[in-house]
Amino acid sequence: MNRKTLAAAFPHTIPVLMGYLSIGIVYGWMMSAAGFAPFWTAAASVFVFAGSGQMLGVDLLSRAAPLADIAFLTLILNFRHLVYGLSMLEKFHDVKGLKKFYLIFALSDETYALLSGVQPPEEVDPHGFYLSIAALDQIYWIVGSVAGAVAGALVTINTEGIDFAMTALFLVIATEQWLSGKQHLPAFLGLGGTLLPLLIFGPDGATFLIPALVILVGGLLLIRPVLEKPERLEERGESL
Amino acid sequence: MKAAWIAVAIGVMALVTFLTRVLPFLLFDRGGQPPKVIHYLGAYLPPAVIAMLVVYCYRSMTFDALGNWLPGVAAGLAVVALHVWKRNNMLSIVGGTILYMVLVQVVF
Repeated sequence: MNRKTLAAAFPHTIPVLMGYLSIGIVYGWMMSAAGFAPFWTAAASVFVFAGSGQMLGVDLLSRAAPLADIAFLTLILNFRHLVYGLSMLEKFHDVKGLKKFYLIFALSDETYALLSGVQPPEEVDPHGFYLSIAALDQIYWIVGSVAGAVAGALVTINTEGIDFAMTALFLVIATEQWLSGKQHLPAFLGLGGTLLPLLIFGPDGATFLIPALVILVGGLLLIRPVLEKPERLEERGESL
Repeated sequence: MKAAWIAVAIGVMALVTFLTRVLPFLLFDRGGQPPKVIHYLGAYLPPAVIAMLVVYCYRSMTFDALGNWLPGVAAGLAVVALHVWKRNNMLSIVGGTILYMVLVQVVF
């Protein structure tokens, strides 16, 4: 990675710069409001590097959730990353060693979105270009979250209710998915399939999420013929 | 809370997150086609899981007093309305959170 590669990569990352700095500040502030020193925010941003995962982490850490719950919730929230990896197999195929390790480690939603859309300019090394994008993005996230954490630790205003930012983030993602997707059945399934076990088992711990996930996956497999039908028709339409 | 526990908890998050990112490479990098059902779940599970997490965020809400549900519901509706209107992540998140904070701190 040299200066030329970084300079070529930087303009592509500006939207992520804005997004990560601002969401990072909110995240860091939440961590400090929950009583965690900025050091922990930095550690999470360096080693986890997952926006919504870390937001959920504030809730898990502050209620001292059992490690199994932490693992389970992080797994289902980040399940979507499996698909990111699948579509990056080819792009990362010839990258070797530590570079490949870092590219895979740093495959956040935003970095994935950039990498899947961008074409490296001809005069720069493509692997260095991908690496620059991934590293710049993570730097923005670390800077934003640590700035928020430090501000949250220094400024003494009443922060009661700032934890709502996590709810707001998930509502934004849900709204975005609703507006951009054609299929709303999975969202309804997620809503109903979680409400039912919540009413039966109650909110204590996160026990209700396990039956909920079973309902979600089972339900999705059951309605697979319904959901995949329109796609098949579209494919047929295109080939004609 | 003990520092060692926090470190382990962050470590678990880091490890699991990395696992979800590296698994496709461990399984399919040397050729081989991922099963279609993985693609299917990959496309449709995320919206279901996000809906699940919205319910999770509201899990402790009770309806015995106005202050126990109105701030969360009002701020949640504000987030969705702001987002449909402007589709600006930051505006929706910060706007809704500030409304929530005002409601729980000043009004209720």
